[in-house]
Amino acid sequence: MDEAIVLKYDISPDDFTRAGEASSDVKGKLKQLGVSPEAIRKVAIAMYEGEINMVIHANGGEITVEITPVDIKMILADVGPGIPDVEQAMKAGYSTAPDEVRSLGFGAGMGLPNMKKYTDDMTIETQLGVGTTITMIVKM
Amino acid sequence: MTVQKLLDSGMFHIVNVGENPEREITVPFCCDLLSIAMGRAPAGCAWVTVMGNMNTLAVATLTDAACIIMAEGATLDDIAMKKARDQEITVMGTELPIFEAAFKVYQALQE
Repeated sequence: MDEAIVLKYDISPDDFTRAGEASSDVKGKLKQLGVSPEAIRKVAIAMYEGEINMVIHANGGEITVEITPVDIKMILADVGPGIPDVEQAMKAGYSTAPDEVRSLGFGAGMGLPNMKKYTDDMTIETQLGVGTTITMIVKM
Repeated sequence: MTVQKLLDSGMFHIVNVGENPEREITVPFCCDLLSIAMGRAPAGCAWVTVMGNMNTLAVATLTDAACIIMAEGATLDDIAMKKARDQEITVMGTELPIFEAAFKVYQALQE
């Protein structure tokens, strides 16, 4: 694995039946590559939370995953409404998810905190009305 | 205790047998809020819940849970059932409340 392996996924909006497919696919590929179970688990959790956020809040988007011998980088880009207050959104328990989403067991305001918890580095670039790009890195 | 041993114990009824039933169960874990389970479910846990939608299956896969136990007579809906089969996730069921189901697993793990 000398060069980076790049994977791209389109995330469909409002489709909870497919949410998690991209993360599951990445999980399978990392397993094939012999990545450690702990790193796989971190990537799977962080990416699934991001995927769910894109389905709930941002009309879907695109996820790019770059795998190198050193780390796994996930870039989640959407053209959704943007996050008005990132600091508040990062607080555990703060949520703007609709009731429909809560009835599925989500929307408890743990998404972004979980993403931060399970990655070694996370940056959020967001602009109201333009979109959000979240970059997360998990070290091998 | 392996997943297979738990399946064979007759403690719970079998809904679906997934891949790797020889896997060791680490600990029982109780939670119905998927947002919390996503961040807290330990790898290899026997996850006891009443939440039976397809996202439960996704969370189980991604957190690397060993199996799911549906408590209180809760069942998987059709889409979730299909996902359990497709993703080869072991699912069991019981009429017991969540605590009692988890406590049974806990006791079996101490033996």
